Amino acid sequence: MTAPADKREWPLWEIFIRGQHGASHRHVGSLHAPDAEMAILNARDVYTRRKEGVSIWAVPANAIAASSPSKKGPLFDPAEDKAYRHPSFFPIPKDVGPM
Amino acid sequence: MYAQMVKSEASNDDPARLATFQARIDAGDKIEPKDWMPEGYRKTLIRQIGQHAHSEIVGQLPEGNWITRAPTLERKAILLAKVQDEAGHGLYLYCAAETLGVSRDEMTGMLLDGRMKYSSIFAYPTLTWADMGAVGWLVDGAAIMNQVPLQRTSFGPYARAMIRICKEESFHQRQGFDIMMKMCSGTPAQKAMAQDALDRFWFPALMMFGPSDAESTHSAQSMAWKIKMNSNDELRQKFVDQTAPQAAYLGLTIPDETLRWNEDKGGYDFAEPDWDEFFDVLKGNGPCSTDRIATRQKAWDDGQWVRDALMAHADKTRAARVAAE
Repeated sequence: MTAPADKREWPLWEIFIRGQHGASHRHVGSLHAPDAEMAILNARDVYTRRKEGVSIWAVPANAIAASSPSKKGPLFDPAEDKAYRHPSFFPIPKDVGPM
Repeated sequence: MYAQMVKSEASNDDPARLATFQARIDAGDKIEPKDWMPEGYRKTLIRQIGQHAHSEIVGQLPEGNWITRAPTLERKAILLAKVQDEAGHGLYLYCAAETLGVSRDEMTGMLLDGRMKYSSIFAYPTLTWADMGAVGWLVDGAAIMNQVPLQRTSFGPYARAMIRICKEESFHQRQGFDIMMKMCSGTPAQKAMAQDALDRFWFPALMMFGPSDAESTHSAQSMAWKIKMNSNDELRQKFVDQTAPQAAYLGLTIPDETLRWNEDKGGYDFAEPDWDEFFDVLKGNGPCSTDRIATRQKAWDDGQWVRDALMAHADKTRAARVAAE
């Protein structure tokens, strides 16, 4: 803790990258930067050195709302007993052909 | 490895919670930053990931030494890209450690004042161009050996950082071996330079895995928590078994007269490094230890005005934007 108290650290940003083939932006990690412009420039250097993406989103880490890990059970409970949402729930006879 | 002699912290937590936590780990669950975790798990991880991150950053220095003196423009561009990767790896790891409640600036402070360590290997000098080959081949090779299993470590952010790093690390080892192949197919003087680099880096590379299992007092807890996946001796043996044939391919001699294939154990017998030297280097008495920290300190001090200026600019632009609204 040798960093003097008056020295503010650069804020934390969460970085999202969209790859080449039209997939959605995907979280790749975080980094520190003084502002959004620098966050995007730093993200280019830290997360796209091998052409991993064609678009970068930088979001202030403290702007992200997250579900609580302790409520993991109850929050996701409603999906627990609804296997019929998956197509494999419905057996289709072979004779019917592709579906 | 990049994290050596990481002291495990004891936990004074509620035994029932500890048992539930251990059960999650045994079941292969990933622990995420907001999950409950024992204080010892958190502290040990901060120390281990921090040491790993510092090693990536300090590890830039021995190679940075040769960027301006690389023999061709292509070699220079490749070395530059490798050193830039190391900076990236340091940043991924600092971010993983930060999710545990320590800031990057705090960790930097602890590196500079000696409370946190970096890998012993980077306290050795890089004297010739062949050292760039030996470092990539041996040092990055040893690092990969340790980092591949860490992709399955129990702490989510650490595992994810390791996955990114492993993807990039293989380039590092291959470019090193490529330098060695070039030197070994060159003039007798060039080949002698490659041999000299191997002579100097062999034992320090073996030390990267840490002391022998018998002396490694903190391994049991870390292995139970899955923040250490293999024992030091296991990984060292694997490294020697993989590297010995590569040295033979290059026509180089590993500087160990006792090195020979042992049919019974299906691996090589080899000499232990000088552990007194290892402990001495970890204490900060390596050939370049003082220089490495002095260089990091200078970079930190010289960069202060840049960090401040960018922050001031960001504040000013934000204030102007608010005023305009």
